[in-house]
Amino acid sequence: MTTTEHLQRMAAPTGAIMPGVLRAEWTKLTSLRSTRWLLLITVLLALVVSAVVTSVYASQYDQDFAARHTIDPAYWSLTGLIFAQLGVGVLGVLTMSGEYGTGLISTTFTAVPQRRTVLVAKAVVVSAVALVVGAVSSLGAFLLGQLVLSGKHIGAGIGDPGVLRAVTGGGLYLAVLAVLALSLGALVRHSAGAIATVLGLLYVLPAIGAILPPSWQDTAVPYFPGNAGLAILHAVPMVNAAAPWTGFAAFCAYAALAFTAALYVLPRRDALPK
Amino acid sequence: MIAAEGLTKRYGSVTAVDDLSFDVLPGRVTGFVGPNGAGKTTTLRMALGLDAPTAGRVTIDGRPYGAYRRPLFEVGALIDAQALHGGRSAAQHLLALAHSNGIPGRRVQQVLKRVGLGDVAGRRVGGFSLGMRQRLGIAAALLGDPPVLILDEPVNGLDPEGIVWIRTLLKSLATEGRTVFVSSHLMSEMAQTADHLVVIGRGRLLADSSVEAFVGRTSRNEVRVVTPQSTELAGLLTDHGVHVRAVDGERLVATGTDVSTVGRLAADHRIVLLELAAQSASLEEAFMELTRDSADHTADFGNMDGAA
Repeated sequence: MTTTEHLQRMAAPTGAIMPGVLRAEWTKLTSLRSTRWLLLITVLLALVVSAVVTSVYASQYDQDFAARHTIDPAYWSLTGLIFAQLGVGVLGVLTMSGEYGTGLISTTFTAVPQRRTVLVAKAVVVSAVALVVGAVSSLGAFLLGQLVLSGKHIGAGIGDPGVLRAVTGGGLYLAVLAVLALSLGALVRHSAGAIATVLGLLYVLPAIGAILPPSWQDTAVPYFPGNAGLAILHAVPMVNAAAPWTGFAAFCAYAALAFTAALYVLPRRDALPK
Repeated sequence: MIAAEGLTKRYGSVTAVDDLSFDVLPGRVTGFVGPNGAGKTTTLRMALGLDAPTAGRVTIDGRPYGAYRRPLFEVGALIDAQALHGGRSAAQHLLALAHSNGIPGRRVQQVLKRVGLGDVAGRRVGGFSLGMRQRLGIAAALLGDPPVLILDEPVNGLDPEGIVWIRTLLKSLATEGRTVFVSSHLMSEMAQTADHLVVIGRGRLLADSSVEAFVGRTSRNEVRVVTPQSTELAGLLTDHGVHVRAVDGERLVATGTDVSTVGRLAADHRIVLLELAAQSASLEEAFMELTRDSADHTADFGNMDGAA
């Protein structure tokens, strides 16, 4: 009855499937133009916004300005990441939701029925890419910003307190954001819906937080996802913000929660929404 | 071998697949036929572990699909030829699939050549016609050189040359000893491709038999006769246990008999025959006859088998 007796068959490799699935996901991610565009947008937004913000601060800087603002030149140069995160967020979502949109997810899960392995491989690949691009964006934005600020002699050095943490934090933040966005893509399964959810978490929620009563400002609002994650970009401690590593840890917890939820539902649902 | 046992899938109050049991054996092409909305795609998706059965089970060579760690070496599947990312090239699409199961990259060019896409390997699939996408989907199914093939409507969108090509391919794969399970809503297509048929309607099994047996069982083998003595002949046939379906002037139609019986009977009784002809239903008619009551044309149920 079995066909194996008289069929010449290719020998399947043995051992763990994860290395192959990682290669597959790397091939998928890097073979799309949209990936390159989104990563380019990420780097460009980080650099351009950094140049603009530091230029404005440099032009306005005087004794009066110094009295009214927290002087954090490292953070000023990293504000571009608040916009650049959009590129990584969309990339993370599309890595999963794009496959639902095209129906390719059926082919993917037919090739690898171990759906959790697929999700973990996607998370590793997209967060690794986000880490590298985030580190490049962060360091580039910092150097460009300090170049602009050096004209006013108000720049920060990488050895100044908190600066190294802020600059490396930019890359770390985007790497974790990629996992959060990927997980939301897996949970929501529609690109537009998942991107809207990411935008809501990163931009709308902080905006709502800003108009909440003062009692919330130093308790809940700093731990909203976007606010918490971006706290690590501050070299100088802020009022009404989470401590850098505390905020980052909270952001990691959000990502872990979403990732766990995605791992939970993925094998339990039919591959495509009915 | 593919084995379904009591396979059932319900979506709320709609039963898409209803207590379906059948075996698909190696060494022959098995056509999986039913009208649109009969539950073919849902059945195949359950066989591939994509959708979970509400009840029952389906196994491939004795194991549920999800138990295979590198399934492309066991089962090649084409579920939806349109399910591609248009931005990737044909080769990139297949390379990602090959990597996921540890299949050597050189297989990509081999299978692309086999399906006739060797020259367009580097082109983005967004510009591919449906026929080319079907070929790419078949290339993907062949990547791991699997002993079992499950293809959902692979003929859709192919030009006549492509249809002949896939028919030949499926037959040669079966001759090599593989299990080939192919769905289609076109019975006439399956008549020329398949050796065996699994016919479903409204998610229920209607027939599981060879193509010849299916035609024999479902078609009415009729004899058309034209004679001035039609009433006399009708009575005579009825006396001999032959069912006479219709008498209309000089014409009558007898079922469950053949021309030689009718001809000899008429000669023995000196009945003049002006015309005597056998009339056997075509496969498509047999199919229509069988699925008439089960065909479902309501919009929501129609989606069951379609793009969903």
